[in-house]
Amino acid sequence: MTSNTSAARTGGISRRSMLKGTAGALALTGGLPALLAACGGSSSGGGGSSGGGGDGGSVDGKTSIGSNYSDAAVKSAFADVVKGYSRAKNVTVNATDHNSFQNNIQNYLQGTPNDVFCWFSGNRAQFFAAQGLLEPIDDVWAKIGANFTDAVKNASKGQDGKYYLVPWVNYPWVMFYKKSVFSQHGYQVPATWDDLMTLCAKMKSDGFANPIAIGQKDGWPAMGTFDIINMRMNGYQFHVDLMAHKQSWTDAKVKNVFKQWAELTQYYTPGGTGRTWQEAVQIFDANKTSPMIFQGTDQVGPQVAKANLADLDFFPFPQIDSAYPTDSGIDAPIDGFLMSKKVKNRAAAAAFLEYLGSAQAEQTFLKPNPSDIGTATDYDTSTYTALQKKSVEIIKSTKNLAQFLDRDTRPDFAYPIVQNALNQFLNNPKSYSSVCSSLESQAKGIFT
Amino acid sequence: MSTGQLVGRPADQPAGPRRRRRLSRLTRRDKIVLALMLGIPALIEVCLIWGPAIATVFYSFTDAHSVAPVHWVGGQNYTFMRKIDPQFWPAVRHNLIWLLVFTVIATPLGMALAVLLDRGIRGSRIYQSIFFLPVMLSLALIGIIWQVVYSPQFGLINGVLGKTSPNDAIDWLGNPHLNLWAVLVEATWRQAGYVMVLYLAGLKAVDPTLGEAAALDGASEWQTFWRVTFPTLRPINTVVIVVTVIESLRAFDLVYVTNGGTDGLELISAMITTYITGPANRIGYGSALGVVLLVISLVPITFFLIQQFRKEKR
Amino acid sequence: MTVIAPDKPDEAAAEVDAADRAGWRPRAGVPSNVFILVLAVLWLLPLLWTVYTSLRPESDTNVHGYFSLAHSLTFRNYSDAWTQGSMPTYFWNSVKITVPAVLITLFIASCVAFVVSRFNSTFNLVMLLLFTAGNLLPQQALLAPLFKIFINVHLPSWLSSSGEMYDSIFGLIAINVAFQTGFCVFVLSNFMRTIPTEVTEAAMMDGASIWTQYWRITLPLCRPALAALATLLTTWIYNDFFWALSLMSTGDKRPITSAINDLKGQFAQNNNLLSAGALIIAVPTLMVYLCLQRQFVAGLTLGSTKG
Repeated sequence: MTSNTSAARTGGISRRSMLKGTAGALALTGGLPALLAACGGSSSGGGGSSGGGGDGGSVDGKTSIGSNYSDAAVKSAFADVVKGYSRAKNVTVNATDHNSFQNNIQNYLQGTPNDVFCWFSGNRAQFFAAQGLLEPIDDVWAKIGANFTDAVKNASKGQDGKYYLVPWVNYPWVMFYKKSVFSQHGYQVPATWDDLMTLCAKMKSDGFANPIAIGQKDGWPAMGTFDIINMRMNGYQFHVDLMAHKQSWTDAKVKNVFKQWAELTQYYTPGGTGRTWQEAVQIFDANKTSPMIFQGTDQVGPQVAKANLADLDFFPFPQIDSAYPTDSGIDAPIDGFLMSKKVKNRAAAAAFLEYLGSAQAEQTFLKPNPSDIGTATDYDTSTYTALQKKSVEIIKSTKNLAQFLDRDTRPDFAYPIVQNALNQFLNNPKSYSSVCSSLESQAKGIFT
Repeated sequence: MSTGQLVGRPADQPAGPRRRRRLSRLTRRDKIVLALMLGIPALIEVCLIWGPAIATVFYSFTDAHSVAPVHWVGGQNYTFMRKIDPQFWPAVRHNLIWLLVFTVIATPLGMALAVLLDRGIRGSRIYQSIFFLPVMLSLALIGIIWQVVYSPQFGLINGVLGKTSPNDAIDWLGNPHLNLWAVLVEATWRQAGYVMVLYLAGLKAVDPTLGEAAALDGASEWQTFWRVTFPTLRPINTVVIVVTVIESLRAFDLVYVTNGGTDGLELISAMITTYITGPANRIGYGSALGVVLLVISLVPITFFLIQQFRKEKR
Repeated sequence: MTVIAPDKPDEAAAEVDAADRAGWRPRAGVPSNVFILVLAVLWLLPLLWTVYTSLRPESDTNVHGYFSLAHSLTFRNYSDAWTQGSMPTYFWNSVKITVPAVLITLFIASCVAFVVSRFNSTFNLVMLLLFTAGNLLPQQALLAPLFKIFINVHLPSWLSSSGEMYDSIFGLIAINVAFQTGFCVFVLSNFMRTIPTEVTEAAMMDGASIWTQYWRITLPLCRPALAALATLLTTWIYNDFFWALSLMSTGDKRPITSAINDLKGQFAQNNNLLSAGALIIAVPTLMVYLCLQRQFVAGLTLGSTKG
C-alpha cells in the first residue's frame, strides 16, 4: 500500500493539490456566501439589505402585493379589486398558494417581500411588527380611520400603539343549523349552556346520531370552540391574557373550560381528528346525523350546497356564565393588508392601501362571496345575503372581537403545540388535566 | 497535450479486480484537473450535505427561528424534547416500531419471496415484476393510493368488510390506535419487494454445487438453505441490514402525506419538517430533533462504512 | 436506496432473470405456487382498486357506492384530473429538475469516481467513504441548516425567480445533485475499478491528459453502469417528495410528486379524481418500469454478490 509520500511521487492527489483545487473551485463557484451562511447565524430580523421603509418613490410608481388568494373564485375577485384601482396598471399581484403563503411567511418577509401583502390581524401581525418587519401606516389611517369601528381599529394596531394593518373582510364563528330541521322537530335556539345540552340530548333521541359535526384534521377548527367556551366562562380579557401567556394553562379556570367542553364532546361526530372540516360541513349539510356545526361563516357558506343556502342559519354560542353574556365576546378574525418594512415604493404602496381601506374595494371583492362581510362602516349592506346581514349584526353588537386562537397567540405555540393538545383532548376528553399541564410546560418554553 | 515524462512501468501488475495503479508523473495541468474533478464535487457536498450535517449540531443549541436573531440556549432544546414535548417519545416509539416491523416482517417476507421465486416457479418473472412494482412508485404516491384503499366510506377494505356507513366505518388512517399499523402495511408493501430483489440477485450467484452436495449428503431443504446457502449471502445480508435500518429511519413521506405526521403517526422526521417549514419556523428545535435522527442513523452508517473500509483494505 | 457495488450490469441483469432455472434446486410444490399466487393477487389489489375507482364516473359511484360493479366506465376522470390539477405545469417542473439533476450528478460522480478509483490512497478512500455516507443520511436531519442556507443565498434573477436559492429550481437541482452524488460515486468507482489499467496506461503513453483519459476512454467504458444509474436516478429524483416540499414554497413551481399534497387537498372530496391523478403521476415511473426494469434492477443489485 502506498504511503502518502509515494502517493505524491506517483501522482496521487496530495492534500496540498486538493486544497489548491478546492480554493480554485471556491473562487469559481463563489461558494463563500453559502459557507458563511452555513457557519454564521442568521441576520437579525428586519432592516433588510434592499430598500428600507420610507424609500420615497412616487405615488404613480410601481408597487406590488403578495396575495394568498389562491382559490380560483377569490383569485378572480381580488383581480377585480385591483382593476378597480385608479392606478391598477402599476400594481403587480403575486399570488401564492394559501397554505404555503402562511407557512412560509417568515421567510417571505425576511427575503424579498412585496410592498404590501395579505395577512391577518391579531398577535400574528403584532409578532411581525415587534420583529421590525412591518412599516407603520399611521398616515394611511389618517385618511381611512373614519370608516372603521373602535373594535376594528384596536385590532389594527401593534403593541406600540401604531397602526400596521388595513382591515379588509371578516366573519364570525357561530353555531350553524338548518331552519327546516329545527322547525320540523320543534327545536329552539338555545340561549344557555343547559339549553344546548338539552337540545343535543333531544336531537339524539330524535335519531340524530351525532348532533354536532366536527373536522379537526387541519388542526385549527377545534380552536374556535376552545376560544368561545373560554370567553363565555372567563371573559374576553382572560382569554387574551391566556393567549399572551399572561395566565397559566394550568389555572383552574382553564381546566374548567376543558371540563365543560368535555360535556359537549359526547355529541360530536366520532373520529373528528381524522376528518377534514370540509367533510364535517358535508356531513352537516346532509341533514342526516348532525344538525349543527360550530365553524366560521367563511368556511361553511361556500361548502354548503347552493340549494341549502336559504335554509342555513346560525346562532351565537350560548351563554355559560351570566357575567359574560353572548355579546361580550366572539371570534371574528379580520383579514387585512400589511406593508412590509422593505417596501420599495412607499408612496405608491400607501396610496394602494388607502384604496383597499375603502368600502368600494371591499364591495368589489365580496360581490361573489355569500359569507364574509366587509369591515368598513360605510359598506352598502343592501347587497348582502341574509346570512351576511346577520353576521354584520352579530359583530356590530359584540363588544370584543377576538381574532381566533392561531392569530391571537404566537404561531409557534398554536402550531403544532395547541393543535396537538386539542387533538389529544378530543381523542380522550378525560385527559384534560394532563393536556393542560403539557400546554403550560410547553408554553413556558416558547414564551420567553 | 501534456508532455509528462514517463517513468518505467512496474514489473509486477497483480491480476484480479484490484490493481495497483502506478502512474508516471503527472503534469501540473493534470494535477489541477484532478484536483478540480475531486474538489468541486467535494465542495458541493461540503456546502449542502456534510456542512449542514455539522451545522445541525450547532443550531440545535440555539433558539434559531426563521427571522429572529439567534441566541445560544445550551441544552434547552434537548430538555424540551426529552421532558416537555408530548410528541417526542411517541415519535421515538413509532420509529422503533417501524424498525421492528421492517426487521421482523418486511425483510423476512422479502427473503421468503426471493427464495420461493428462485425455485423456478412458473411465471416467476411476472411475479417478480408484481412484487417489485411498489418499489418503483414514490412513497408519497403510495400514500395516496392506499388512502383511496383505506377510505372509510369509499374504500376497498371497508367495502369488503361491509363497514362503510358513517358510524360504522373503521377509520384506518384517522384512528390514532390503528393508523400506524395501517401505514406500516403500506411500507411493508414496498419494502418487501425491495428486499426480494436484493436477495434474488444474491441467490443467483450462489454456487449450485454446494447445494447439490448438501442434498446428496441427505440434508433437508431447510437445512440446506440455512447452513449452506444463507452463509454465502453474507454481503447481501450486510446490505439488507443497512437498507432496512436506513429505510425505517427515513420513513417520512407516508405519514406526511397521510396526515402530516400527527395524531398517531408521529415520527421524528415528520416532526422536524413540521417545526421547520410549518408556521412555527423553530429552526433551533428542529435541529435538535435532526441531531437525534442523525445520531441514530450514524449507527448503521458507521457499520456499513467500516465494512466497506475493511473490504477496500483487503 | 442501496449502496451496493456494481460489477458488470448486464451480467447481473441476466442473472436476475429467474425464468427457467433447471438445476439442483427442487421445483416448488403446489402449496408454494398457491401461496405465491395468492400473495401476488393481494399485492396487486391496491393498484387494481385505484385503477378501477379512477375509471368510474362520479355519478356512478355517488349512486351505487364505490364497492360495486361499475355501471359505466369513463376516462373523464383522467382528463379532469389533468386539467383541474394543472398537471402540465407540475410535470414540466419535474422535467426541469430531474433532467439537469441526473446529468449533472452523473457527470460529477463520474469525475470523483475516476479520481478515487485510479489513485489508491487512504485519502481517496476516506473521500469515497464520505461521499457514500452523504447519501445515507436522512434528509430531514439536514433540513434546518439547508433552510437557512437557501434563504440566505441570493441568486440573480435569471437563475432564480425568487431571488434566492429558496423556492428556486436551481436550488432543488443543487440539493438533488448533492444528495444523489454519493451513491453514484460509490457505484461508479467500483465499476471503474474493473476497467483494466492497460487501456488508460496506453493512452497515457500516447500523451493523453487526465481529462482525455477520463472523457474519451474511461467514461465510454462505463456506459452500462451509467445507463443503470441514469434509470435509478431519474426514478428517485422524480419520486422525491421531501426536498421540493420543504425548500420550495410556491405551489406552482413544485414538481409533480411534491405537488401531491396540494392535489390531495384539491381533489379531497372526489376519490375518482384522486385515483386518476395518482395514476397519471405514476405513469413515468411505470414507463421506466416496463421498458427499463432490467437496468433499474441491475443498478440496484450490481455487484451485491461481490464478496
